[in-house]
Amino acid sequence: MLKPEIAIVGGGPAGLSAALSAVRQGAEVMLLDRDPSLGGQLVKQTHMFFGSKKEYAAIRGIDIPGKLISALEDEGKGRFKPLLNTAVLGYYDDGVILADKEEEAMLIKPQKIVIATGAAEKMLPFPGNDLPGVYGAGAVQTLMNVYGIKPGNRVLMVGAGNIGLIVSYQLRQAGVEVAAIIEGASRIGGYLVHATKVRRAGIPILTSHTIKEAYGKQKVEGALICNLDENWCAIPGSDKDMKVDVICLAVGLTPQTELLWQAGCQQKYLPELGGYVPLRNEKMQTSLSSVYVAGDVACIEEAGSAMVEGKIAGLFAAADLGYDEKVEERFLAYSQELEELRAGPTGAKIREGLARLNGGV
Amino acid sequence: MLEKTGVPDPEQINKITPSQERLKNGPVAIVECFQNIPCDPCRYACRQGAIKEFADINDLPVIDHEECNGCGLCISECPGLAIFVIDASYSADEGLIKMPYEYLPLPEQGEEVIGIDTEGREVCNARVVKVQNTKALDRTPVVTLAVPQAQLMKVRSFVKKGGE
Repeated sequence: MLKPEIAIVGGGPAGLSAALSAVRQGAEVMLLDRDPSLGGQLVKQTHMFFGSKKEYAAIRGIDIPGKLISALEDEGKGRFKPLLNTAVLGYYDDGVILADKEEEAMLIKPQKIVIATGAAEKMLPFPGNDLPGVYGAGAVQTLMNVYGIKPGNRVLMVGAGNIGLIVSYQLRQAGVEVAAIIEGASRIGGYLVHATKVRRAGIPILTSHTIKEAYGKQKVEGALICNLDENWCAIPGSDKDMKVDVICLAVGLTPQTELLWQAGCQQKYLPELGGYVPLRNEKMQTSLSSVYVAGDVACIEEAGSAMVEGKIAGLFAAADLGYDEKVEERFLAYSQELEELRAGPTGAKIREGLARLNGGV
Repeated sequence: MLEKTGVPDPEQINKITPSQERLKNGPVAIVECFQNIPCDPCRYACRQGAIKEFADINDLPVIDHEECNGCGLCISECPGLAIFVIDASYSADEGLIKMPYEYLPLPEQGEEVIGIDTEGREVCNARVVKVQNTKALDRTPVVTLAVPQAQLMKVRSFVKKGGE
């Protein structure tokens, strides 16, 4: 059985940052990821990131993993061990992790564990949503930006949050027509600069609109959309027929908390944070003292804040093992950074969710 | 309304438009950023000190048009692609717009294209005066268009003639 000091599950922005923070403290880190390369969702984010200049703003998502990995290799000096193509399958009562590395079972018993498993896309129920041609936005982005495959010729995007807006822009960059972006809410949920970017690219954004059905014989040939009133009820007679061959769903994310349930961490349902999220203290430590969390699994947010949460989780996972150099100073800097990122109007929902989460600990 | 349509209102554009005198004095950056989001790279991009220090990372950028020399370093640094440089001093009839343009193929210098407004509508003919795509721009090329003076605050993108 492998016995690393710290195991981190998930090599996205949160997991990589947790690893870097922990190796900087002097700890030994094993980073497990089911994909063949590190970076999580960053590997397909071809756009420049927002946020703080300190935290990779104005850098393209695809360029961030390389920066973090080379820092880990430099500063980890033999204490950083990534295990790729390794899916973590279970967490047992005795603190043992079961993983599958290329069809070989592995048992790992770390002293501390950071869960940074990210999020999964939400689905939307409507007739025809099982037709080929109905995709999650993440899948469209993977096809285009990782594998260079065009998902179709004319797309209906469902959801005007950041993912819906960004993927529409990237479809347009790939030369795919986006017939419209529809959004059930009366306001655009994503950053408005993304919205203006897709509007000047000629893509309409229809707020207070939803999809009624997808139709087609063997695959998507079109969609019926309609207007919604302020109570989210379809307005009779407002149906529009859109001839599209792809329907792309960007209707939100939900934390991937399965391992936390298995571990027995206490969780609370908070829609503001994306669904069930683990209770944790300001050190990102869950109700199980050896289990830390960071990133979208803890609360659906931006990659920038996921990276800062990762730094905090990695810092304290290491500090609890005795690698506690400058812990207070570093924690203060990271928590100030997090607070700043969440201080504006776009952070209001997160602040409310976190207040309710903490109220319940 | 911007939150509903993704198109800035004329009042919002008026607020960030430099004075007529300043526009006549040569190139100047305009920042079409109307939402308080946690983002600050523009302030670090400016070497003139024209984009003021942020008290809070969620602040809207404040640009002093008198300090700005229109160098355009901020254009490709803005993750929102919301910064443009306007030069109304180019000629009596025409002005220049420098804009970020992340589409392929890039236009050729001298090419005639169609100017597009914030609603994606065709508004006028335009001419490509310059195409910059250096390593420093990091895959956000900057295209300079010549457009009629009256369209300087309207044109924010372009399409190639003959469609795609």
